[in-house]
Order: sequence, then structure tokens, then C-alpha cells
Amino acid sequence: MTTLLDVAGLVKHFTVTKGFPRPVTTTVRAVDGVSFSVRRGEAYGLVGESGCGKSTVARAVLRLIEPDDGTVRFDGADVRAARGETLARLRRRMQIIFQDPYSSLNPRRTIGQALTEPMRVHGLASGRAARDRAAALLDEVGMPPSALDRYPHEFSGGQRQRIGIARALTVEPELLIADEPVSALDVSVQAQVLLLLRDLQKRRNLAFVFVSHDLGVVRWFCDRVAVMYLGRIVEEGSVGEVFAEPLHPYARVLRDASPVPDPSGRGALPRIVGEIPSAANPPAGCHFHPRCPHVRDACRAAYPGWRRRGERGAACVLV
Amino acid sequence: MSTAAVVAVSPVRRAVARFLANPTTGIGIILCILVALSAILAPILSPHDPIEQDVIAQLSPPSATHPLGTDYFGRDVLSRILWGGRISLIVSLTAIAAAIVIGGAIGMVSGYIGGRFDNFVMRVMDVLLSFPSLILGLIVVALLGPDLVNLVVAIGLTAIAPFARIARAPVLALKERAFVEAGRALGYSHARILFVHILPNILSEVLVMGSLWMATAVRTEASLSFIGLGVKPPTPTWGGMMRDGFENILDAPWLPIFPGVAILLLVLALNMVGDGLRDATDPKLRAE
Repeated sequence: MTTLLDVAGLVKHFTVTKGFPRPVTTTVRAVDGVSFSVRRGEAYGLVGESGCGKSTVARAVLRLIEPDDGTVRFDGADVRAARGETLARLRRRMQIIFQDPYSSLNPRRTIGQALTEPMRVHGLASGRAARDRAAALLDEVGMPPSALDRYPHEFSGGQRQRIGIARALTVEPELLIADEPVSALDVSVQAQVLLLLRDLQKRRNLAFVFVSHDLGVVRWFCDRVAVMYLGRIVEEGSVGEVFAEPLHPYARVLRDASPVPDPSGRGALPRIVGEIPSAANPPAGCHFHPRCPHVRDACRAAYPGWRRRGERGAACVLV
Repeated sequence: MSTAAVVAVSPVRRAVARFLANPTTGIGIILCILVALSAILAPILSPHDPIEQDVIAQLSPPSATHPLGTDYFGRDVLSRILWGGRISLIVSLTAIAAAIVIGGAIGMVSGYIGGRFDNFVMRVMDVLLSFPSLILGLIVVALLGPDLVNLVVAIGLTAIAPFARIARAPVLALKERAFVEAGRALGYSHARILFVHILPNILSEVLVMGSLWMATAVRTEASLSFIGLGVKPPTPTWGGMMRDGFENILDAPWLPIFPGVAILLLVLALNMVGDGLRDATDPKLRAE
């Protein structure tokens, strides 16, 4: 399989200036050197707790947020250097699905307008042909064609999410960035939407960057996964390996903290202690060391380098 | 209705239905239509020429020939009110329309771009806002001279800053919504996002304020005319008629009262329509 998306050293810092009369500038290192690559047709998971920067990575790849540093290559083309027409063409090939299905559709536009507009803008289809394609896309995501003339408020969250997926598909993308696509939905609806995404992935050979904090969902949906902590990837590997035997202590407590469907499996789990530190003021050395049960002196001194073990890797001295 | 479930109901249509269901709004609309019709049909409805003087019928009280009496020059008050309504409506309508377009565009673009630019533009608007509208209008008319166009410019200028603010606030909220981000990801231009996607979402708020500001514009026009900075005599205006009437208020108290009532009715009607519009488009009342 060929590499479709290649992200290297991605950095995004947010600066906040607050205070009077002496303003204090704080820099939040939301994304601090993230590298990964996604192959064609592959589902790549990004997991981590709230505020670890996973959604920022998703947006920075699409340049919905302008990255500060690093490179993003899509099918060999430099996304960060793209301007105007080139950027529009690149964006056509990667699309995004949002977490909140209630704000992702314009309340004043019918579903038909929402689906045909991207086709017209990119000159893919117009008029009758665009409408037919929109109806076909609705059918593909499991919605009736009668939805075309309706407004978003007439649909449930799950239906809106399907419409959002259909809209992303209007421009025939090769990569879908799914930013917590099912977190806002009921559990029963989550399963339907996940099945739909899996189905689309197989049928259209779509690659996915799947951002989620739900390990169960990632385990089921993704092929490979990266665990993020405070703006950096701490472990990466195939879903099976990472979840079976995590290398990084953080990946381990994250896995252990996720619910197990088997009641007999519940037991004395090692609990994670402490709060997630602020990304504005990360601890020196390994960001995880204040909470780590295996902390050593070396962890406090310097951020551990990336260590490979076969197909996987982790940023930890234990590896 | 069994068909209601099948027919797609647009948010606009529901708002219109709610708007018309309110009796106060109904009265406001009817009053506005009556004032507009009387102004448009002034040449037909007026019993007399509004500027023709009749020295013999000077200051005559309401009678069959002069239903609302005559003024110091013997001019028919009813005819003058009908013709004066034209000035009031034309001036306030064009001024507010211009303020909505210019102020609304400034506010939308400023809010959408954000950052330092937004900060700068809004401080300029604050400077404009710091003048009471009558004083600002007074300055402009005093500088440019009193005529119809300058009156429109003066009143329009006083309303630009409020409309910039009204348009900007919802844009700040809307530009963070995911559908705007989706539009960017889909390769839409900023102009398309701003005018096709954001504009329809703020239009109701701007139009509500438009009808309320129409009422203010009518008052400002009357006030400027009252202090002699309106359209030049002998062209009839409501504010001008009140001022002239005050000179003879002891002999002919109806002179300032009738144009005053006309101003009151129009302002009241516009406020009723504005309130109705606001209620009809209030997002809290909007059923999801």
C-alpha cells in the first residue's frame, strides 16, 4: 500500500495575551512535533484525552488551522505550500466529518443545497445532474431522496451525521478526517454510523484519520493507532498490538481506563493519578513523568527519544 | 393537517406564520400600510394644494373644507400632512436601507476577518456611536446644508455604527460553527461563505433592527426639521409643521398636534412591526 498522507514534525502553538496593564503572553503547545503517515485505504486512529491536541492535528492537516511548522504531504504534494487553486484541488481530495452534527449543517440551507453546492463550486456537476448525484449519495449513506428538500432541523443527530458524511463525499475524496464522528451520538446510533463509515471505507477504498477518545471505537474501526499526550504522539503501532501490550505507560493506563464489557474482567486496575498538565506549561522532560508509575531520573531530565520495536514505536525509556 | 408532515417547512415560512399570528403586529402592519398608501396617494387624496396659501382662511379651525384646519398662511393641514408623510418615509427608508447595506457589510466583514482589523473598525464605530444621533445629524446637515439628500446622508450616518455592531455580533458566533469550517474544507471562497452561508443567518436580526431604526429615523428627521435643519420650506414635513405650529399654538392648538399625532402613529406602527419581527425570529421561540 502506498502512503497517501505524510505528516512530519507538525507544530501548532496558540498564543494568548491576557491582562492589564501588563499583558502576559502564554503559549499553548497544542501540537508539538507530530509525525505520522496514513496509507491509501487505511484507517488511522488518533487517541488521547481531551486537550491533547488530536483535533488540532486533524484541522492542521487540512489547514483549517494554519500549522506553525512541519510538513504535510498528500499523495506527494506539499499541502502547506499550496495556494489558491492548488489548495482547493488538494482539499477536494481530503474532507472532514465533524463531531457536532447540529452545527455542521447550515440551518438555512436545504439538504439538497448543502449537497449540490460543493459539486457546483468544483465544477463536478450542476442542475439536474448534481441533484441526481446528491440523491445517490443520500442513498449511499442510508437516507431517502425526499431529504433533499428538507432543512437540517427536521433530522435527528444520527441522520444529520449521515448527511454530513454525504456532503464530505460529494467531492469524491480519498481521505476522510473524522473528528470524533460518533461521540455526540447515542450508542445505538454510533454503531450504525460506524458501520456506514466502515462500509464506505471498503467500497470507496477511503483512507481515514479517525480522531477519538473512545478506545473501543478505535479498536473496532482502525488498523493503526497513535496515542497522543500533551501535543505529542507517545506510542504508535497496529491497533491489535498497541491495545494488547502497550509499550508506553500512558498508553497502558489509557487502555486500562477504558471500560471492559466483561464484568469478571473488572478488577483492581492501576489507576492514573493526577491531572493532565496544562499544554501551556508542560512538565520538563517526559510530559507524562509526574503521573507515571515507572518514573526514573532520566524521565525528568529530557524528553525521551522515539524508540522503534518492529512496526511500532514509543517515546519512552522503558522500551 | 395530515399533509403538514410531508411538506418541508422552511424556518422562514414558520417565522412568517408566527409573525402574522400576533395581533399587535397585525395592527402595526395595517398602520404602516395606511401611512405608506396615504403618502403614495397624496396627490389624489389631498383636498388642497399643500403649498397654496389662502390668506382669508388663515388659522381656521377644522371644518368641512379643511378637515384638520389651516396654518398661518392658510394652507390646508391635512394636505400638508399627507405630502409631508412622503418626505418622512422617503428620508427614513433610504437612510436606513443605506445604513443596513453599508453598516451591515462593515460589521460582517469586520467580524469575519477579526483580529486587529476588527478591533480598529469597531473603535471607529465607537467614535460614531459616541455622538448622540441628533447631534451627529445636526453636524452633517450644518456642514452640508439642509436638503433632502443631505438629510438622508445625515440620518444614514447615525445608523451605520449600530448596524455594524448588530451584524458583527452574530458573525463572530457563526464563523466558529462547523458548517463554516466545512465550507472552507470544501473549497468555498470567503465571499461565498460570508454572503451565501453567513448572511442568511443574520438577516432576520438585522431586519428587526431595521424596522425599529426606521422609527428612530422618522423621529430624527422630524427633530431636524423642527429645529429648522430639515427640508427647506415651503415643502411640507411633519417636523417642520410642528415648529411652524408652535408659533401659533395659543390661537390654533391643532397646528402642532396633528403632525405630532402623525409622527406618533408612524413611529408606534414601526415599533410594533419591529417587535413582532423580533418575536417571530427569536431563536429561543424557534422550534427545533
